[in-house]
Amino acid sequence: MGATIHELTAAYRRGETTPSRVTDEYLARIARLDDRVGAYLTVTAEHARAAAHAADERYRAGRPLGPLDGAPIALKDVFCTKGVRTTCASKILENFVPPYDATVVERLAGAGAVMLGKTNMDEFAMGSSTEHSALRVTRNPWDLARVPGGSSGGPAAAVAAGLAAGSLGTDTGGSIRQPAAFCGVVGLKPTYGRVSRFGLVAFASSLDHPGPIALDVVDTALLLGVIAGHDPMDATSIEAPVPDYAAGLEQGVRGLRLGVPDEYFTRGMDAEVESAVRAAIDVLKGLGATLERVSLPATPYALATYYVIAPAEASSNLARYDGVKYGLRVNGHDLIDMESKTRAAGFGAEVRRRVMLGTYVLSAGYYDAYYGQAQKVRTLVRRDFDAAFGRVDLIVAPTTPNVPFKHGEKTDPVQMYLNDVFTIPADMAGVPGVSVPCGFTQTGLPIGLQIIGRALDEATVLRAARAYEGATDWHTRRPPLS
Amino acid sequence: MISRDDVVHVARLARLALTDAELETMREQLNAILSHIDALRGVDTAGIEPTSHAVPQFNVVRDDDPRPCLSVEEMLANAPDRAGDFFRVPRIIEE
Amino acid sequence: MNWDVVIGLEVHAQLTTRTKMFCGCPTTFGAPPNTQTCPVCQGMPGTLPVINRRAIEYGVRTALAFECRVNAGCRFARKHYYYPDMPKNFQISQYEEPLAEHGALEIDLPDGRSRRIGIQRLHLEEDVGKLVHEGTLETAQSSLVDFNRAGVPLMETVSKPEIRSPEEAAAYLRAFRAVLVYLGVCDGNMEEGSLRCDANISLKPAGATELGTKVEIKNMNSFRNVQRALEFEMKRQAEALDRGERIVQETRLWDADRGYTRSTRSKEYAHDYRYFPEPDLVPLKLDATWVEQIRAALPELPRARRQRFVAAYGLPAYDAALLTQSRALAEYYEAAVRGFPQPKLVSNWVMSELLRELPGDDERAIEQAKVTPTRLAGLLRLIEDGTISGKIAKTVFETMVRTGEEAAAIVRREGLTQMADAGALTAMVSSAIAANPRAVEDYRKGKTAAGKAIVGQVMKASGGRANPAMVSKLVEEELEKITKR
Repeated sequence: MGATIHELTAAYRRGETTPSRVTDEYLARIARLDDRVGAYLTVTAEHARAAAHAADERYRAGRPLGPLDGAPIALKDVFCTKGVRTTCASKILENFVPPYDATVVERLAGAGAVMLGKTNMDEFAMGSSTEHSALRVTRNPWDLARVPGGSSGGPAAAVAAGLAAGSLGTDTGGSIRQPAAFCGVVGLKPTYGRVSRFGLVAFASSLDHPGPIALDVVDTALLLGVIAGHDPMDATSIEAPVPDYAAGLEQGVRGLRLGVPDEYFTRGMDAEVESAVRAAIDVLKGLGATLERVSLPATPYALATYYVIAPAEASSNLARYDGVKYGLRVNGHDLIDMESKTRAAGFGAEVRRRVMLGTYVLSAGYYDAYYGQAQKVRTLVRRDFDAAFGRVDLIVAPTTPNVPFKHGEKTDPVQMYLNDVFTIPADMAGVPGVSVPCGFTQTGLPIGLQIIGRALDEATVLRAARAYEGATDWHTRRPPLS
Repeated sequence: MISRDDVVHVARLARLALTDAELETMREQLNAILSHIDALRGVDTAGIEPTSHAVPQFNVVRDDDPRPCLSVEEMLANAPDRAGDFFRVPRIIEE
Repeated sequence: MNWDVVIGLEVHAQLTTRTKMFCGCPTTFGAPPNTQTCPVCQGMPGTLPVINRRAIEYGVRTALAFECRVNAGCRFARKHYYYPDMPKNFQISQYEEPLAEHGALEIDLPDGRSRRIGIQRLHLEEDVGKLVHEGTLETAQSSLVDFNRAGVPLMETVSKPEIRSPEEAAAYLRAFRAVLVYLGVCDGNMEEGSLRCDANISLKPAGATELGTKVEIKNMNSFRNVQRALEFEMKRQAEALDRGERIVQETRLWDADRGYTRSTRSKEYAHDYRYFPEPDLVPLKLDATWVEQIRAALPELPRARRQRFVAAYGLPAYDAALLTQSRALAEYYEAAVRGFPQPKLVSNWVMSELLRELPGDDERAIEQAKVTPTRLAGLLRLIEDGTISGKIAKTVFETMVRTGEEAAAIVRREGLTQMADAGALTAMVSSAIAANPRAVEDYRKGKTAAGKAIVGQVMKASGGRANPAMVSKLVEEELEKITKR
């Protein structure tokens, strides 16, 4: 257990084990441990066994589909899976069964991946701890009293606990990178539009990014390679060719210029996080990269900008949940009453807050001051990155200002939002960013190093992440779950 | 900042049935969030174009070619209230 | 008090693309409920729109035909309101950056005047689904939703408030529709809902510059109803204003059965649509060369064609208007004239005989007519050379409509060649006179109309084949002879 995808598929190729045997092992481990971790909302055992069986045949015939064939994968329950319940961890979609697959789901299946099930998340991807799931509590495998981060807490916890070899999450304000940091695994937010959003239940359309969460950078590159690429069903997906991410991983960092941003080392951030990240940056320097101070002056405004744009788009995207076509319906004496009661009952507190906030900032008289202004400040955030990338190739920083906190510890919404200060800017600018494990606190809680790159330059981001990983062994540690 | 009337109005626009207590809590929380967001207002954005797409693209269109529709059964399978091949909704009162 | 009427019309036209605006579902009318939908047009979670290129092309084509400025760039926006026929509870439309603006439509009024009505803007959006209420919207305890129509491309055109009477409004609509049908972008069927019209109407004191409060009128499903509704509303507002009442800004529905407009109980404030640019679609930058290619390919438009028919064929305005009501009919007429170069005669035949069989504005029916222009020309030539009479020709025409045969073949087969042999005709005339003594007596008394009865008898006896002119002459001569004896 705790094997990476590339280790597993190498074992399949060598005939040492089979996808079916491995899938059964994962399903058994889920049955044994997931009561404690709480990563899964739906386990698709039959589906998984059928896919594994088909993969068995292909390996037996010596014709596997590729590096993901037979890999046991978990999917954040925000991706539509045909015939399989897709809830977004919300009561309003608790029994929704989509009649179609998201594009990334199709691509993974086409590569032979075995879907073990759908994992927990903050409801509609709104949150940083997965505590806002309406359906289940997910615990950090490194300390079950603490949160796994969010909103992709389920996928990150599943991978960290060995309940899946890899997973797909989504990142809108940090929801792949932050839980990856909290769970001691690797999480990549690709460039906006690099991976299709068709079938990803929308939270904030201009900020949603599907991406891989895995145990190491090699797996991350393999997953990205399968899901990336233009999709005619998503008008915002990019046509640029997809490089072979795995092939370029071992180039090292010699000669790469790394920017260390002033604004990402703030007073009040956790001291252990800061020292672990600075040590990690030194490792990279030792491997031949050069360091440079950079400034991203719009950073202090990025949080506020995000909390205008994301709720605004969310309030619009969630308008469709009205009890008419699918999902929960609470009866009412007329249509408006039905819709209002349905939405109040179906949406949790955080979702309701954001829907209200979003509706307010878009409403008559407020558009220019809030949404209009936020879109302009967003341009300033983008320009910061453009300017920085004129001088450096990558930006290195902490992923989070803090370490995994206890369940129930952060009750103030604004306090919760502060988790995302270092991750939000990359979402606003659409540039790729990865979090890799770079240490632990004294009490054994994981810490993440963030590497951000130019748009469409995932290759360089992954290459630097791989170099760091190759010089350290944080990524080989596994949580003390038995 | 936001008044109670504002919250009632927005809840109506957003089709959320909130109790009085919930409306009050919402008002407080929204005000707290908005006071942080208001920092944006002071940022000088004169002459700055808004970003609506992080990675700018243009003219993404598709050909006028039919794709298969889903069957009625598939489309209605999740319907909360189905009447024959229709979705049924309760009485619509003009707003 | 004299009131000026100010009317603006908002027309929604369904485009005749094969697929919907943002997904690949077909747009055919009348399919069984919810059989022409997919996750995208039903607004299922996770779905995304993708723009139909042909809809843009049709929009540009229409904009150019209406002399609009096609904007170099445009984008889509979300328009939010809750209604069960809108799957996403927002409609993807265009707001601040529409496809085209500032055009005009020339209309000809029955009294011969013509006016230019400004067009404010033209934009594209997606249509909504259909609601079926058990009973009326007001009394129904529930309603049924069919999403087949949701997502069909709609082109919305807003006129400037420059229409000055209900009659002008109907004329604007007719002219507007004719252009759309000519361009092949819309089938213009108000009954089926492929063309819909809402009106804004206000009154102001005659000669004043400030506009009065406008009322929106909806639910007018034909040109005639548009005119009737506006006439009613004009009167309603005038009477209210004369009584010193204030006009409430509201939406009123036209009730065609009862002949009045009634309030919809909607509040006075406007919907807060919370527009913002559609994040799932990227902006359009229209290539100027492409737009010019579309402009170059524009067909001759109805008004220009009408004017050319008057000038080139010497036709009265009435004929020209009827013959140009559809592109297919106009082309039919011109082909027929090429085969038989007597424009007025051809016009008469097309207007009375062809249009009795086929609706003139049904492009496909005209194109597929069994009596092709060439065949019609053939029939007219048989009349001209005396082979058959005009009357017989009409029955031949009816057979041609049924069977699609050439006129000559029918005449041959049914032995309809005109009788023009003087001897035979004289004999028939004599028989008819002998058989109708009373008619003869009437004629003797000076009722020359009685001669017509005899002619009728001869025509009947000859199966309609006798040359009517000759028969008339022979009858008159014979009767004259008899009665003057």
